[in-house]
Amino acid sequence: MMNEHTAKAFDADLLDLTQKVAEMGGMAEKLIADSVEALARRDIELAKRVVAGDAAIDALQHDTEEKAVLTIARRQPMAIDLRDVVGALRVSNDLERIGDLAKNIAKRVTALNGDFHPQKLIRGVEHMATLVLGQLKRVLDAYAGRDLTSALAVWKGDEQIDAMCTSLFRELLTYMMEDPRNITFCIHLMFCAKNIERMGDHATNIAETVYYMVEGRAIADPRPKGDTTSFASMQAS
Amino acid sequence: MNSMVQVKHSEAVGAAPGIGVKPKVIARDVNVYYGEKHALKSVDLDVPERSVTALIGPSGCGKSTFLRCINRMNDTIPIARVTGKIEIDERDIYDPTLDVVQLRARVGMVFQKPNPFPKSIYENVAYGPKIHGFARSKAELDEIVTTSLQKAGLFEEVKDRLNESGTSLSGGQQQRLCIARAIAVSPEVILMDEPCSALDPIATAKIEELMDELRANFTIIIVTHSMQQAARVSQRTAFFHLGILVEEGATETMFTTPRDRRTQDYITGRFG
Repeated sequence: MMNEHTAKAFDADLLDLTQKVAEMGGMAEKLIADSVEALARRDIELAKRVVAGDAAIDALQHDTEEKAVLTIARRQPMAIDLRDVVGALRVSNDLERIGDLAKNIAKRVTALNGDFHPQKLIRGVEHMATLVLGQLKRVLDAYAGRDLTSALAVWKGDEQIDAMCTSLFRELLTYMMEDPRNITFCIHLMFCAKNIERMGDHATNIAETVYYMVEGRAIADPRPKGDTTSFASMQAS
Repeated sequence: MNSMVQVKHSEAVGAAPGIGVKPKVIARDVNVYYGEKHALKSVDLDVPERSVTALIGPSGCGKSTFLRCINRMNDTIPIARVTGKIEIDERDIYDPTLDVVQLRARVGMVFQKPNPFPKSIYENVAYGPKIHGFARSKAELDEIVTTSLQKAGLFEEVKDRLNESGTSLSGGQQQRLCIARAIAVSPEVILMDEPCSALDPIATAKIEELMDELRANFTIIIVTHSMQQAARVSQRTAFFHLGILVEEGATETMFTTPRDRRTQDYITGRFG
């Protein structure tokens, strides 16, 4: 652990920033879980609560940003302290984006009323969400503990989510080819899957930020990428 | 350069020569004693030419003591004893045959508190060139005074009152007058001992701007208590603590990712 600052209020400022980010992290986790549950159960009330929850996370992100700017202006942080503040700014941005993506999923719930609801496909989306939630939880712990090992594990773990997204895409294609009446539902579901895949990318961003905060430089290796939906074609299925 | 010697003599991390630029000042195993007190312990440092090197550290860490070694100002303190080697352009400045007055013309100094002579603005700047015999005529002397004041960014403000007393100027102007006085004798190295600590932020900004211009022609070494100032004006930074040169390196690295824990603690305000 670092020693305390001679100016104790500086420690309080940095702690406050970290706590704000942690609070945002908890909110983002809940939004992901709720949005996917609303999707699985077609629960419109829950979906509405997710949309409202996103506004709260936006407000907290705004707060965090103001606090960070004020800390820079007031303390002129150097070295590890500066990276702490920049890290809080970046992580809060990623969490805010995760909130937006959860809101996007929730908004689709109302559009998903129809007869065709193959649970298998929804299970696929749920499974992706479980993986992303695991990644997010782990990376938030890595942020709180400035833990490089966990951060790197999350950074590498995103490949699996990308691969699931690609496989789900192929499966949805077959359903759409089988019966054009499935297209609306499948496209909505595909967007949901893509939103979850993007959440995974934000978790990876956070992992990169944690690495930067601890080491003072970016991760050197190119990240393994598993999302090949951009290249998948009809034949691929 | 024998890097093995550096590792042996100094605790400094990365005391290697800086950024591929030719070192103007080379210090090796420099120790300073004030009577019994060992104030500076085996310092190795290369100062690259035409750049600004900042010396930082808490009070009593030895940074000013080191600065004062470079123009042999410590000679004026009877109980001070300096060992080791300091070279400027590969010439040992502690060589007994070296003319100290000449050395101090080559290595100018600007102090914490502006200290103009109680003479006219003109005379303040003309004094050095006169005693060193740098000007053969009044016209030449006028030319030196004008260009020195211009280089110090003061000429426009004082050109109509060169005969007024130097002490009539504001603090920031007095400090720039001292800088003009220092550069009037065409030094190669300028030592600055907390040159802005008595100045307001605007006067400070002017001096910092000036340092940035002066480094095109001079090698500047500055002692400062303001970390932000060191980060703004210098290319190299050296951190001293308890008489030891702890770490030295490119300024951008020193203030973002210092290697030594003591440096990190100091620059982030964690020293007890």
